[in-house]
Amino acid sequence: MTAGRLGPFLLMCVAMFLGLGGLPILAASVADTEQSHLQRVLLLQDYNTRVVLLGTTLLGISGGVIGVFMLLRKRSLIADVVGHSALPGIAMAFILCEAARPGIGRNVPLLMLGAALAGLLGAVLVMVIDGFSRTKSDAAMAIVLSTFYGLGTALLTVVQHLPTASAAGLKDYLNGKTASLVASDVWVFAICSAVLLFVTALLFKELTLLCFDKEFAAAEGWPVFRLDALLTALVVGITILGMQSVGLLLVVAVLIIPASAARFWSNGIRSLTIISGTIGGLSAACGTIISALYPRIAAGAVIVLSGTAFFVVSMLFGRQRGLIWTVLEARRMQRRIGRHDLLRAAYEIVEADCCPDRHQVPSDAQLLNALFSHDQLIAMRTWSARRVRQLVQSACQHELLIPVGGSLRLTPEGAALARRAVRNHRLWELYLITFAEVAPSRVDRAADRIEHVLEPDVIRQLELRLTAQQTAAVPQSPHD
Amino acid sequence: MTEPQHPELVPLSIHDMTVAYQRRPVIWDIDFDAPAGSLIAIVGPNGAGKSTLIKASLDLVPKVSGDVLVFGEPYRAQRGRVAYVPQRSSVDWDFPVSALDVAAMGLYRHIGWFRPVTRRYRQEALAALDRVGMADFANRQISHLSGGQQQRVFLARALAQNADLYLMDEPFAGVDATTERAIVGILQELRASGRTALVVHHDLQTAPEYFDHVVLLNMRLVASGPMETAFTQENLRRTFGGKLPLLDQVGNRMAGGERT
Repeated sequence: MTAGRLGPFLLMCVAMFLGLGGLPILAASVADTEQSHLQRVLLLQDYNTRVVLLGTTLLGISGGVIGVFMLLRKRSLIADVVGHSALPGIAMAFILCEAARPGIGRNVPLLMLGAALAGLLGAVLVMVIDGFSRTKSDAAMAIVLSTFYGLGTALLTVVQHLPTASAAGLKDYLNGKTASLVASDVWVFAICSAVLLFVTALLFKELTLLCFDKEFAAAEGWPVFRLDALLTALVVGITILGMQSVGLLLVVAVLIIPASAARFWSNGIRSLTIISGTIGGLSAACGTIISALYPRIAAGAVIVLSGTAFFVVSMLFGRQRGLIWTVLEARRMQRRIGRHDLLRAAYEIVEADCCPDRHQVPSDAQLLNALFSHDQLIAMRTWSARRVRQLVQSACQHELLIPVGGSLRLTPEGAALARRAVRNHRLWELYLITFAEVAPSRVDRAADRIEHVLEPDVIRQLELRLTAQQTAAVPQSPHD
Repeated sequence: MTEPQHPELVPLSIHDMTVAYQRRPVIWDIDFDAPAGSLIAIVGPNGAGKSTLIKASLDLVPKVSGDVLVFGEPYRAQRGRVAYVPQRSSVDWDFPVSALDVAAMGLYRHIGWFRPVTRRYRQEALAALDRVGMADFANRQISHLSGGQQQRVFLARALAQNADLYLMDEPFAGVDATTERAIVGILQELRASGRTALVVHHDLQTAPEYFDHVVLLNMRLVASGPMETAFTQENLRRTFGGKLPLLDQVGNRMAGGERT
């Protein structure tokens, strides 16, 4: 199916567009230095660029995969809480290290440990406040997030007044700075990302169950609390790994944007996860390349914006409830209903002509030979002359009507469809009248789909009644 | 209440159970033994603690006091013999899984940690879907199913567990006639094969028709026992406090001995 292939194609287009984000510069600039810089970046000639690219891409992939479960667990914002809560942990770790031995404050592993502990504490606090007080989870998240971030900012001010020079880079953790990444660190990150990815893959079935039906999982004896905690731990892991590339404040985007974008392409959790991981990896890679080209823009921002580009394209073109398809589908549906209304009107004209009391049903020959005009159709419903012209045109295109001189005639397909549409519509009206007390839950269904909504025996029963009442009082269509 | 002689034969034995949310007790002093191989309706007004009774039996909500034995042992040790059908509204039906995926969830415990759902288990899940007439919809995403079909998928998940005791929370709520018939058919199959089902049921009209035992609950256990002796007008009045317009109708039917 071509529509199915369109999706990946569009996403690839976005990736290429973003990946080649530097091309306009290439065209505009003739400066040698700049061109060679571009070449070096795009051809990945720098060892450091290659390693950073690998690290961020893996981070993007695992973020995209874990994000699917955060999204489905409806805990999207927990990642934001973890990110913001990590800040005081970094500052505290720095202060403690400086106190122990001045000058070693910026010890990356210790800072990460501090961030992890504080982030985890923030997430746990949200759960505690949510579970044991009357404060709801969204309020709990806002409280924890702002408190920790406030604390972190305060501590950073303290750090800046410490008599040491190494505090300068701490603020980079807020918005990310790939330039500060060193190859040796990135290898560690890459391995950690791969581990997170592996854990998620291993627990795929368990996490799916947790997100879908926690209560059933608990009744079945799965340790839901520990699985939930593990999911939070995975998010903390992503936050810590993303701290240096995308930064603490934006790490939520690495988790949630790819998953949300992927939701527009897939209705199955397995393909959803694969697509989300792919989008996460691609947007991280594109973001890294762009930020290598323009080192002055914060890397985190570029990675997030690349993800947003994927999201926007997915939201517009996604096969599963993407905006454009939804609109097209709705229009197609409306045209179909309009054509059915038109055919019903035609049928009713013929019926009024040949069997005025509705004592019998018009025969096929009568339906096929009858001629009727635009004006007759217009008189049947409250629709404008323009609308009828449109509908007639559409019906002619679908070979349901044929123009004969100035009049119209039903084709065999049109006659059959008209007969069915009228029958379904009358059955439906009869159903609404007969089973009025149970019907309201089903009235939103299209009348022409009656076979799909009602049970076969109900339809049989209705048909019997319709035949019995054919001679008596068939309910007049409300449009008459 | 006297202790049963062979506790391992009693599917569900609730002794002196009290459950409270925060400070407000929801159900008090429940004493109840489910007879094996029977279909038991749990009936009571809204807020009577019907769901809580089931959830507390499954250790999903903490008990203040009392204990629950499943075939003579704590539930923890007997999970494999119990299947739970939660209320349909308890999950998000826009979740990206198919009907088959949901039915297969009933087998996860059996499959065990870390292992994927292999073809063999998918076949089992499909067979469970077939039993509720949903095999044709196996690959459909669950949001594209009607309410009754979703309920049948939930039932299929429980059937896949092949348990001896089924606890169902409002399976008949808001379902179409086909689904209602399918559920009744499954209940009868279960009874015929000696299984026991405890079902929260809201429709007094159909309760005597579908079930053979009844538990009348309104925070306390009002009455329990075989339909003929326990489902009386007097007991219903004590359960519902005369709030129910249907009551007299049901009472008349019971008095007339009419079972449709």
